[in-house]
Amino acid sequence: MSPLNRKLLRDLLHMKGQSLAISLVMAAGVATFVMALSTLRSLERNRATYYDHYRFGHVFAHLKRAPETLAARIEQIPGVAHVQTRVVVDVNLDVADMPEPAIGRLISIPERGQPKMNAVYLRSGRYIEPGRTGEVLVGEAFAEAHGLVPGDTVRAVINGKRQTLKIVGVALSPEYVLQIRQGDLLPDPERFGVFWIGRTELAAAYDMEGAFNDVSLRLMRGASTAEAIRRLDDLLAPYGGVGAYDREDQISHRFLSDEIRQLRTMGVLAPTIFLAVAAFLLNIVMSRLIRTQREQIAALKAFGYTNFEVGIHYLQFVLVISVFGVSLGTLSGLWLGRDLTRMYTEFYKFPIFTFYPDATIAMTALLIAAGAAITGTLGAVRRAASLPPAQAMRPEPPARYRPTILERLGIGAFLSQAARMILRNLERQPVKAMISCFGIAMAAAVLVLGAFSEDALDYMIEFSFYAAQRQDMTLSFVEPTSAEARYSVEHLTGVLYSEPFRSVPVKLRFGHRSRRLAILGIDPHSDLYRLVDRNERPVALPEEGLLISDKLAEVLHARIGDLLTVEVLEGERPVVRLPISGTIRDLAGLNAYMSYDALHRMMQEGETLSGAFVMVDSLNADTLYRRLKQTPQVAGVSVKNATVQSFKDTVAENMNIMRTFNIAFACVIAFGVVYNAARISLAERSRELATLRVIGFTRGEVSAILLGELGTITVVAIPFGLAIGYGLAAIVVQGLDTEQYRVPLVIDASTYAFATIVVLLASLFSGLVVRRRIDRLDLIAVLKTRE
Amino acid sequence: MPGTVDSTATRTAVFRARGVTKVYHMGEVDVHALRGVDLDLYESEFIVLLGPSGSGKSTLLNILGGLDTPTSGAVRYKDIVLTELDDAGLTQYRRHHVGFVFQFYNLIPSLTAKENVALITEIASDPMPPEEALALVGLADRMNHFPAQLSGGEQQRVAIARAVAKKPDVLLCDEPTGALDVHTGVVVLEVIQQINEQLGTTTAVITHNAVISDIADRVIALSDGRIGGVRVNERKVPASQLKW
Repeated sequence: MSPLNRKLLRDLLHMKGQSLAISLVMAAGVATFVMALSTLRSLERNRATYYDHYRFGHVFAHLKRAPETLAARIEQIPGVAHVQTRVVVDVNLDVADMPEPAIGRLISIPERGQPKMNAVYLRSGRYIEPGRTGEVLVGEAFAEAHGLVPGDTVRAVINGKRQTLKIVGVALSPEYVLQIRQGDLLPDPERFGVFWIGRTELAAAYDMEGAFNDVSLRLMRGASTAEAIRRLDDLLAPYGGVGAYDREDQISHRFLSDEIRQLRTMGVLAPTIFLAVAAFLLNIVMSRLIRTQREQIAALKAFGYTNFEVGIHYLQFVLVISVFGVSLGTLSGLWLGRDLTRMYTEFYKFPIFTFYPDATIAMTALLIAAGAAITGTLGAVRRAASLPPAQAMRPEPPARYRPTILERLGIGAFLSQAARMILRNLERQPVKAMISCFGIAMAAAVLVLGAFSEDALDYMIEFSFYAAQRQDMTLSFVEPTSAEARYSVEHLTGVLYSEPFRSVPVKLRFGHRSRRLAILGIDPHSDLYRLVDRNERPVALPEEGLLISDKLAEVLHARIGDLLTVEVLEGERPVVRLPISGTIRDLAGLNAYMSYDALHRMMQEGETLSGAFVMVDSLNADTLYRRLKQTPQVAGVSVKNATVQSFKDTVAENMNIMRTFNIAFACVIAFGVVYNAARISLAERSRELATLRVIGFTRGEVSAILLGELGTITVVAIPFGLAIGYGLAAIVVQGLDTEQYRVPLVIDASTYAFATIVVLLASLFSGLVVRRRIDRLDLIAVLKTRE
Repeated sequence: MPGTVDSTATRTAVFRARGVTKVYHMGEVDVHALRGVDLDLYESEFIVLLGPSGSGKSTLLNILGGLDTPTSGAVRYKDIVLTELDDAGLTQYRRHHVGFVFQFYNLIPSLTAKENVALITEIASDPMPPEEALALVGLADRMNHFPAQLSGGEQQRVAIARAVAKKPDVLLCDEPTGALDVHTGVVVLEVIQQINEQLGTTTAVITHNAVISDIADRVIALSDGRIGGVRVNERKVPASQLKW
């Protein structure tokens, strides 16, 4: 082995603490990056495979009732590959273990063999058998929420008659990856379940023999979805079709896409920032490390080593550290990514699990991380090598010290000798001090970035469910109901106070952009459903026209004053034009509000209720739920606390998994950076500190100078870091801005405190290491080898 | 083979320096290290550059060794005009012709004695084996020691072994005994003298210690960046007889 390679190995061993710290920073950056990207890629591919294998539809439509013969005409639509007609109805369920009613969606399937589209995957039990009535498959989410297994039964009110459904199998479907009802904000697996039942039986119960009320299409590759939707709408219009839509409007798909997109933000944007920060820090660390070798570089040059040879030597040094760091990061990233993919596929109940490790992701990470380290190294080597060796071998000329600003201001008299040295040093080398400061600040920043999402989610929950919506329960009727229902609700035992609402499913159109949603009509002075913007300021509901989410205005490319086309999707299905009278900067969903009365005028109806917001007397809650369960007019209730819990269990938990990893890696980065900053400062100053020891300073005094300097830098860096963290969080929040949620930029004091504490701990630890080294400074050697 | 002024004039000049000046910008002050130096060095000659600190002797040596470039003036080594070489040219010059010994040894701390020597033999065109070079300086038995395990004198001898292992044309020593006590200093000088005599390497030694000048063929005194005088030793004293 050549002497230079030996030097390389021994230098690495000598600096094993620092080398390891650098490798770990790199590994942490790479690991988050690789983990997040490979998880997302695998998740997306698994979803695609799932959709494909179980033949998830491309276009969906509901209607009142159409004869089966219409299917043949639908098949004629250009681009249509398959048509699936079904009977789909929502019914009230009576689940033994729950006082409040639940909603079951009954979906028809052939008695023999799987449907050709939107097939089901049997998790357990068996498929239904022809001729046996009451046999159903139940969606796994609902089955799990209620502990249902094949052999159990559920009671349902089917077309007014109470019937018992016998569960023979537990199933999954690409159509209900998330079991959520159109219009609901969140999946609520306890109160909404999907059931598959034989077509003959369901059709008989609802007088749908030879007819259907739901259709889905699979299109040929390259076919125009918009065109298919238009043609389908034309065909279905006479049969009470309420407008076909594609996957983008299919609630499970959209929800899943949004979640994946949020994961992408948490899981890609944050790690990318991590990696960038790690890369930047590596650049700094390497260049400072190399600078401490300036004399050795000069000696090598004096003996006739060329700049190139010296450069290669140091490059190898960096490469060993980088390759180790990147390999460690890639391997752990892949390993964690595999587990994470498995977790998500289980969470989303994909029947398919394949992990796709991706070499290009690892390569990208390698290029970014190693590239940054190498640039830092080469820059430093070039600086060291550009000096004539004679000059480089001499100690650097005495720096220009002068009294600091504080001293010039006359405060110097109050400063100790050590404090004066600390201040002069910081002021003499402002760039070095600033770089150290920036490094530590970035450590604090990544900690804030890693940890803030929980604060934002907590705030969102608090805001959406408590500050804005004060009702305990939302009651919805099967059909819009006349004004008397309002009084019936008010007089139910357990109802403390209630307010009616009108909800009208519509398609809002502006130009060629449209969204399907429900316009919510409420009392402008409602006490339960308050319209407040994200700054918690109340927003007035205009007497006329629409108040819509600013996000909805954004996706429609519409502004206040613009006229929207409102296609009502119920009753007589009128089409009207309404102005946007205002927007509201809210946090969840795409919402459109109208005053209760204005909505009635639009519908040309008297007072009509779709449901009511209710404050519940908790003492009588069970009585109320039992009563509601037996009320056929009630389509469902959603209990706020349960909804919040469901949100916390799903979205929040998903994000928190990523968050946990991000925090762990941020801690590694913070420690690595702070430790290196301390070690390098020590290396740069050891001669000076040893001299101080020689002339009579005690260990404590000498440590105080260096540690005081590090401490000062750390203390200054932390507030900067918290501010940078806030800025990075703002970038991430941009990426979390979806139609489902706008995660607010809210960072709790506790998160700042957490970041501060971790950085302080890292500093303390590094300080102790440095202190031990200062104690062991070789005074004589320093004097011998330098004048 | 003591020479006279006349006899040296007829020998080949290895180095030829004319009007060499060097100005360092040290912070806020300009330091005039050399103020116009003319100098010739001859084949196989042993010279001592004598002068107090700050006289410019290190600067002159560094310029001769291609470690530094003059602010003005010309320096020629045989057919090579050093003052016309770029960084890469100077590197090649140092690599193939010059052996350096520094006051503070400048050993690579992470390499053993043998490896420090091998560092040079790796890149030299016709080196002697590191073992041989170390034997030459009397360190054959300590070649697997790290610098930290060697005394100052031993470290300096490793540095000399490192300098001569490539069989340099010139050996340049900057205060080689500056950090050593008398006894070890003498041992180091003996080694340098022996190299000069056995290998015929042109040797220049910098010192501020006038006693050491007795071992040279010629003594060049520098003061304040100028050559103050040149003295030819009629009788060279063996290093072992030096005392200070």
